[in-house]
Amino acid sequence: MPEETTNGTQAQTTLDICVAAGCLSCQGDLVKEALEKEIDARGLAERVAVRGVGCLGLCMAGPLLRVSPDGILYQAMVPEDAGEIVESIGKKPVKRLECDAEQSFFTRQVKIVLENSGEVDPDKLDDYTAVGGYDALAKAVGEMEPSEVISEMVTSGLRGRGGGGYPSGLKWGTVAKADGARKYVICNADEGDPGAFMDRSVLESDPFRVLEGMAIAGYAVGADSGYVYCRAEYPLAVKRLKNAIRQAERAGFLGSNICGSSFRFTVDIRLGAGAFVCGEETALISSIEGNRGSPRPRPPFPAASGLWDCPTLINNVETFANVAPIIRNGGEWFSGIGTEKSKGTKVFALAGRVQNTGLIEVPMGTVLRDIIFDIGGGIPDGRKFKAVQTGGPSGGCIPEQFLDMAVTYESLAQAGSIMGSGGMIVMDETSCMVDVARYFMEFCMTESCGKCVPCRVGTMQMHELLEKITQGRASMKDLDLLEELCEVVRFSSLCGLGQTSPNPVLSTLRYFRDEYLAHIRDHVCPAGVCKMKSPSKIHAEVA
Amino acid sequence: MPAKVITLTIDGRDVSAREDYTILDAAKEANVKIPTLCHLEGLCDVGACRLCMVEVKGIPKLLPACVTKVSEGMSVTTDSERLLHYRMTIVELMFSERNHICSVCVSNGHCELQAMAMRLGVDHMRVPYRYPTLPVDASHERFVLDHNRCILCTRCVRACDEIEGAHTWDVMGRGIDAKVITDMNEPWGKSESCTSCGKCVNVCPTGALFEKGRSVGEMVKRKAFLPYLTQMREGKK
Ligand SMILES: Cc1cc2nc3c(=O)[nH]c(=O)nc-3n(C[C@H](O)[C@H](O)[C@H](O)COP(=O)(O)O)c2cc1C
Ligand code: SF4
Ligand code: SF4
Ligand code: SF4
Ligand code: SF4
Ligand code: FES
Ligand code: FES
Repeated sequence: MPEETTNGTQAQTTLDICVAAGCLSCQGDLVKEALEKEIDARGLAERVAVRGVGCLGLCMAGPLLRVSPDGILYQAMVPEDAGEIVESIGKKPVKRLECDAEQSFFTRQVKIVLENSGEVDPDKLDDYTAVGGYDALAKAVGEMEPSEVISEMVTSGLRGRGGGGYPSGLKWGTVAKADGARKYVICNADEGDPGAFMDRSVLESDPFRVLEGMAIAGYAVGADSGYVYCRAEYPLAVKRLKNAIRQAERAGFLGSNICGSSFRFTVDIRLGAGAFVCGEETALISSIEGNRGSPRPRPPFPAASGLWDCPTLINNVETFANVAPIIRNGGEWFSGIGTEKSKGTKVFALAGRVQNTGLIEVPMGTVLRDIIFDIGGGIPDGRKFKAVQTGGPSGGCIPEQFLDMAVTYESLAQAGSIMGSGGMIVMDETSCMVDVARYFMEFCMTESCGKCVPCRVGTMQMHELLEKITQGRASMKDLDLLEELCEVVRFSSLCGLGQTSPNPVLSTLRYFRDEYLAHIRDHVCPAGVCKMKSPSKIHAEVA
Repeated sequence: MPAKVITLTIDGRDVSAREDYTILDAAKEANVKIPTLCHLEGLCDVGACRLCMVEVKGIPKLLPACVTKVSEGMSVTTDSERLLHYRMTIVELMFSERNHICSVCVSNGHCELQAMAMRLGVDHMRVPYRYPTLPVDASHERFVLDHNRCILCTRCVRACDEIEGAHTWDVMGRGIDAKVITDMNEPWGKSESCTSCGKCVNVCPTGALFEKGRSVGEMVKRKAFLPYLTQMREGKK
């Protein structure tokens, strides 16, 4: 599509360069500047436009640049490449920098949440409306009753993408029915899972989309204000969001009389200090209220009594990003994608020992092997796949025998892990599974809020035991105690953090028990990761 | 409007309860004793110690009795093997966290943690002690805070805030490093908000808060006044 340049003429070529955090961190901004300078210097400003767009997905190869309409993709550029790139416009592409746009990484994905990511300038409302942005909001407030919006959500079968997988339509319905003169909508953009950056990327690449979802939700449940709770470590996301809120307000998509109706909805941003537990909904609410961010027992659930004791709808960033397309295309359309009980697509942050690391979106039910070996390009350096960790600190490790499993909420749970927010860390034989469990336990221990005993003290004791095992100082009794603590902490902790903290231990014990035994009985780390004292030394200590 | 009365079963017995009761309230009325530590009549409940957890038929999760409301037809079990085992482990975890040496503690013989251990039959420790190095704050003219005995039940925090209205206490830090503090983590003796009313000391279940000049065994906590004060304050019930 031709692009309007600053001087009002139609550009023939657009250079779309990724300006999401990943690419900016490898000089994407400098490359963009260099390209602009180069274009000016050659007097091409009327023919060639440079545009900053959201994440193009293959972040490991950044900065990424797409040349439209030629469909050429460039990777890993440095500012010095600008001249050569501009020179090549309309001619042969620069082979050296080319990134294969036809590789499975790109072609096997199905984009709903990320459909605008890399397609629109996240700072320009016009870009967003040009691709149908805010049509869904206009349709909802203009043509639909709130109850119709909710029933469309129910039909879609969308489940929360923040970790729990609770049916979104059901949650919306509960809040809509709750008694309360005031109601709130909260977007959970805390994203505390280590290694996860799905929500950040959506906010940086397509902030208007999240706001649109929130406004539709507000209309559906009867709320007139909302908050985005975002961690302060995401300054770029916050900046884009602020800008998006301002532009949407000015254009009448937020504020009073939205799309000419009597519906009113405002959105504010609240910054979190970056505590993992503040992603837990009751802790998050407490944090917005200005109190210490620690969870409280549920019920009452936020849907009945949340922010300032008012009924509150709280959904994840990705959940909200799914709303506009559902309203635009209908719930039926959405429920046609994915599997019986897991509908739609899921965004995953693919990381670890895999060729293509980055952000991907695939239909629910995509086979694990396809994700890791086809889209992910397999394990580098000729090594062997060992396990994939899903669901972050609340999840577990899935071994090779499950590679042909279709990824759904249910199948992951069956394999002893969870979908979580979508982190996927691939591991090869150089990873020690006991050490992996120890790492996640350490995370839970340091992130525990300290309110309840089993989590506060239990995670610390479990970490101690895992440390002992990885150092070759543990006995079988220690292993028994570890397993017992897993059970107590899991069933008696107050919130999800404590309740799920044993998961990485349980799943590694389930599939890699022999590694634990090797550490304990033979004082060896089969993967060669853990540094052990020599067995003779240990025996000397014990004696 | 009088609250509705509902029926439920607790340990197989039929009991009736007001619909705004917690499981703990209903159990108390029916003379069923559920172990508690962070709960104290007269203060709001936080569900932090997890000792009061019960099984409810049809719900796979365990629920804390102190914050879970009763409902019609609910079937509650308060003392299964499993619950006892979890409670014993939780008490062991409490002992392991800080330095509890009862023989030299002012609360020896009058301590709820100690009593709980005896009641549940915790006679040895399977989890290792942590032995942290923790300070004692004796800067207040009448009271002492000994972090070594604190179990972070936050009763002091709630009593000071909800009953005395001073809000001298708070919790700072995360996880195993969490601790109670006075004002902005200043010595208690320097506190400008503390009225020296002694409520926190009297609601503390352990020897973490005590009065100066009392010998071991003398440090008996008087906490029965709390419900009374709450009633006076709210002027109802
Ligand atoms: C310890 C903990 C951390 C969490 N962190 C997040 C988070 O970072 N982002 C998020 O959306 N949900 C997080 N959740 C889940 C939220 O509590 C909540 O279920 C979710 O935001 C609901 O949105 P959804 O239904 O759209 O998934 C966390 C839960 C727990 C227990
Ligand atoms: S489980 Fe952990 S994080 Fe959750 S309330 Fe208890 S101590 Fe805090
Ligand atoms: S506080 Fe209680 S359990 Fe701890 S040392 Fe004193 S008497 Fe013993
Ligand atoms: S003595 Fe009274 S005012 Fe002072 S900290 Fe204790 S409860 Fe609060
Ligand atoms: S000082 Fe006493 S009342 Fe306060 S939290 Fe510690 S144990 Fe509980
Ligand atoms: S951040 Fe640029 S491609 Fe993902
Ligand atoms: S008494 Fe219920 S959790 Fe402490």
